[in-house]
Amino acid sequence: MSQAVTGETGRVTPSPKAKAAISEGKKAERRLGLLLCAPAVLVMAAVAGWPIIYSVWLSLQRYDLKFPDRREFVGLDNYVTVLTNGYWWNAMWITVVITVVSVLIELALGMALALIMHRTLVGRGIVRTSTLIPYGIVTVVAAFSWRYAWTPGTGYLAETIAGGEPVLTQKVPAVLVVILAEIWKTTPFMALLLMAGLALVPDDLLKAAAMDGANAWQRFTKVMLPVMKPAILVALLFRTLDAFRIFDNLFVLTGGSQGTTSVSMVTYNNLIKGLNLGIGSTMSVLIFLTVALIALVFIKLFGTSAPGSDNSGRR
Amino acid sequence: MKGAGHRLAAVGGVALVAASVLAGCGSGDGGVTINVYKYPQENFQKIVDRCNDEADGYRIVYHKLPRESDGQREQLVRRLAAGDTGMDVLSLDITWTAELAKAGWIREFTGAAKSAVEEGTLETPLATARYEGRLYAAPDNTNVQLLWYRGDLVPTPPKTWDELIEAGARLRAEGKPGLVEAQGKQYEGLVVLFNTLVNSAGGRILDEDGAKAVVDDKAVQALEVLKKFATSDVVDPSFSNFAEDDARLAMENGKAAFQLNWPFVYAAAQKNPEFAAKLKWAPFPSVDGGESKVTVGGNNYAVSAFSPHAEQSFDAVSCLRNAENQKFAAINDGVPPTLESVYDDPEMAKPYPMKESILEALKTASVRPRTPAYQNVSTVISTILSPPADIDPRATADRLREELQDALDSKGVLP
Repeated sequence: MSQAVTGETGRVTPSPKAKAAISEGKKAERRLGLLLCAPAVLVMAAVAGWPIIYSVWLSLQRYDLKFPDRREFVGLDNYVTVLTNGYWWNAMWITVVITVVSVLIELALGMALALIMHRTLVGRGIVRTSTLIPYGIVTVVAAFSWRYAWTPGTGYLAETIAGGEPVLTQKVPAVLVVILAEIWKTTPFMALLLMAGLALVPDDLLKAAAMDGANAWQRFTKVMLPVMKPAILVALLFRTLDAFRIFDNLFVLTGGSQGTTSVSMVTYNNLIKGLNLGIGSTMSVLIFLTVALIALVFIKLFGTSAPGSDNSGRR
Repeated sequence: MKGAGHRLAAVGGVALVAASVLAGCGSGDGGVTINVYKYPQENFQKIVDRCNDEADGYRIVYHKLPRESDGQREQLVRRLAAGDTGMDVLSLDITWTAELAKAGWIREFTGAAKSAVEEGTLETPLATARYEGRLYAAPDNTNVQLLWYRGDLVPTPPKTWDELIEAGARLRAEGKPGLVEAQGKQYEGLVVLFNTLVNSAGGRILDEDGAKAVVDDKAVQALEVLKKFATSDVVDPSFSNFAEDDARLAMENGKAAFQLNWPFVYAAAQKNPEFAAKLKWAPFPSVDGGESKVTVGGNNYAVSAFSPHAEQSFDAVSCLRNAENQKFAAINDGVPPTLESVYDDPEMAKPYPMKESILEALKTASVRPRTPAYQNVSTVISTILSPPADIDPRATADRLREELQDALDSKGVLP
């Protein structure tokens, strides 16, 4: 269908005739296509669509499992409550800071790592595997080791770098530790995605640039980066969405104390711990909208598309 | 109807139920299985085995809940919200009784089961098992904090907070370990400390019905004490990140002369006889020289409303908490009994020498606010009071009053 409609003017005649022109074989093919898609669409609707619709429905109600008899429809009241609340905005602010700072540093470090791994001639396999170790460790386990490392008395980092100060009990240092843990954990993932992008850069192009007298920095910025752009944007998109939903690292490292909660943690506190389905669902919906917005911005504004594909994402 | 509503709610809102529902629905060998969900208690399996020997027509299986009480509550309420029939007997922190009773998730004790629970049980723990005049749980163990001190450093234990701070400072000035360990982390332990201080000062956090936030002038006085302690030079630098076990370890490692903690520290200290010999106890310090009203802790057994085997569950509860088993738990796991007769048992004297102090403290003990919204109340208090050094008594009290009221009305956002 999309072929017939989106084709450039002139290629497909925009008249009822065009519809009739579709052959029986094409029709059967399309039917088969739809049939083959159907199970996947149904599953998606069941596991992703329905919960989203249901939480939107819950977010319009006052509904606390502790007080089942007080359930009522309140329209957008919950949204007003959440969006005028200091805890929510503090959490949003913390989440944004963690996301932006950690993703930017990861991008720089990941790029460096990718270049090193790409260039390595000796022991390439071992180098690549060993850089991936942090990403392979379960986040909660890694977070625990960070927590102990930063606890005075038991931790080497607290005793040396922090001079015996309990850094995790203060807001700013605690957020920095969380960012550090995030960077340590996901830089390898970033590097992996960027390395896939590096593989797209043709050697001939680099050699030609070198012949023309471009130095290493110029080759990097003028040749490699433009070719890698789709890969970089995909890596950024993945990591931004991932970082925005930060939960496990924070849960273990600070438990959200001293105002270090992220939006996911605040939602968890209200929904799972507080059993307040109304307010909690409102927050889930808000997170969903924010995540959708981030994805939209990346795709529409920066034109992220899959590595190797054309720039059709950009319109 | 109600069950279906809950199930629906759980699917959309919680969405985590599926895996846990599958656990423990078997009654494999034809007999009835009673699934008991309790926190990890070291020697509890032995109690279960003993009850199984006597049990008639059913078999008790012990399932361990997470170690931290937040984790325990989460697993229980999540599964109860989904109407899980695989849980029969639940071990509840005493502060959850109101919430679960109000939501209709636990059964009321009536008739013979009720009188069996009430007979010989200490009044303070029993009060924690009641909600709106009805009995919803059976007290298993109780708990009160004491002041633990190093007998070799402190000849006479301090009686008030001021004396405690002075005594610690004096020791520190002499170059001896003089720190005071307590629970100041942003969690329930901080709420317990605050509740003790407020009640000892004669103040209130909520009104009698648990429907209105009060936080009166006496509560402000309690905040002043907490602030004074948190900013004094006898407080551990990690106070605002310390839970019970952190406090215990800090004292065992020789950093502190005092700790405010539950009686489990005595049983735990026995692994280090040299330290245990120096460990002494005294009543919790008071705010202004009067009585200290420590917060009662402990666990109660409740029977799930969704259990298909209610009768056997009530029977299992009465076995699990009988005098013999409470004594066993007290001696082996350090948890104070709720049956008064157990305290008089001669076998208790040697392994449980602080029993008199505990009984004494229990008589004046205070309970935490009783409301179905307790979890919200606790979250609000621990958030606003953390870190305790930043408390500004008047302003903090005003903020507490406002946000607690929102939490009670399930209106505001939980931090």
